[in-house]
Amino acid sequence: MFNDTSFLTSRLDDAVGWARKYSIFQYPFVTACCGMEYMATACSHYDVDRFGAGFPRFSPRQADVLFVVGTISHKMAPVLLRIHEQMADPKWVVAFGVCVCTGGFYDNYATVMGIDTIMPVDVYIPGCPPRPEMVLDGLMKLQDKIQDHGVSGKRVAPEPRPDLFEA
Amino acid sequence: MNTTSLIESLTDRFPAAVTSSHAYRGDATLIVRPKSLVDVARFLKEDPALKMNYLMDLTAVDYSAFGKHPTPAFFTSSGVTVKPSSEIPDEEPWPGPPDEGRFAVVYHFFSTTHKHRLRLVVPVEESVAQVDSLTALWPGADWLEREVWDMFGIGFTGHPDLKRILMYEGFEGHPLRKDYPVKKRQPLIGPTN
Repeated sequence: MFNDTSFLTSRLDDAVGWARKYSIFQYPFVTACCGMEYMATACSHYDVDRFGAGFPRFSPRQADVLFVVGTISHKMAPVLLRIHEQMADPKWVVAFGVCVCTGGFYDNYATVMGIDTIMPVDVYIPGCPPRPEMVLDGLMKLQDKIQDHGVSGKRVAPEPRPDLFEA
Repeated sequence: MNTTSLIESLTDRFPAAVTSSHAYRGDATLIVRPKSLVDVARFLKEDPALKMNYLMDLTAVDYSAFGKHPTPAFFTSSGVTVKPSSEIPDEEPWPGPPDEGRFAVVYHFFSTTHKHRLRLVVPVEESVAQVDSLTALWPGADWLEREVWDMFGIGFTGHPDLKRILMYEGFEGHPLRKDYPVKKRQPLIGPTN
């Protein structure tokens, strides 16, 4: 019954992961039109409260999931990074909308070509803007991740992004 | 005042300052020498028959690539009719950009009293890239002039606080100049090229 993997530790990971995934305190970093879809998802019709994520915190110190919703410009990027650094571990990041994932149709001097060039991202929800169903799907995928990460919140290193700026 | 009398009243008052004028689809436009800009603008604001108390817009155009690259005919391919409606009089076609200068700073004025509007175009040479500020006359010109400085690199003499407004301090170059490389990246943080 008690072999080399610890019975107690794995159950604690499960319990903590379960508790965390149903009490997501999100920080909505809303900069653009995706915010409307975010609000639609958060309100009663789609109701993210069913997933335990209905309570947005507007202080990064009280949040554990950063929702980056809308285009991030180079001028805004240091602010976003600072918000991310202010959040306590364990923390997760959701890229909401195609501009946040890759830069979207913006390919110019002003726009960050995907926030994964400046910070780690756990879940990508593409779409311009994404349907609420896609957001809920992404949220459930995030819950699976949170469950897997267990007590420590450690995760495997993300796949490196291909270099955008090769000549 | 209609477009013809607007143009006449200014060309009569400033014959040396106004190099040309046209009325394109009901909008009066005057091409004005840079050194006379403030005088003309003050007259526009203070003359009781003109009373242009509202600076609607202040922007600039970089004509360095004008006519050199054929633009893809978006309107043709999209199926939208290119010709304006026959109800819009088009006897006098647009005469084109000013003859001199790489840039043109464009001012749109409106009078809330007389309900008439006027456009001033000031040609600016690339080597000078400097015009007089209108912030003393219209305080609203402050941010608009900062934007023109940020995007085109045209300075405004007499502006109280001429610094970038859209891009950050440390950004090099002026992105709406036609010779700014489209693919150039210079972020504050993250990967650069």
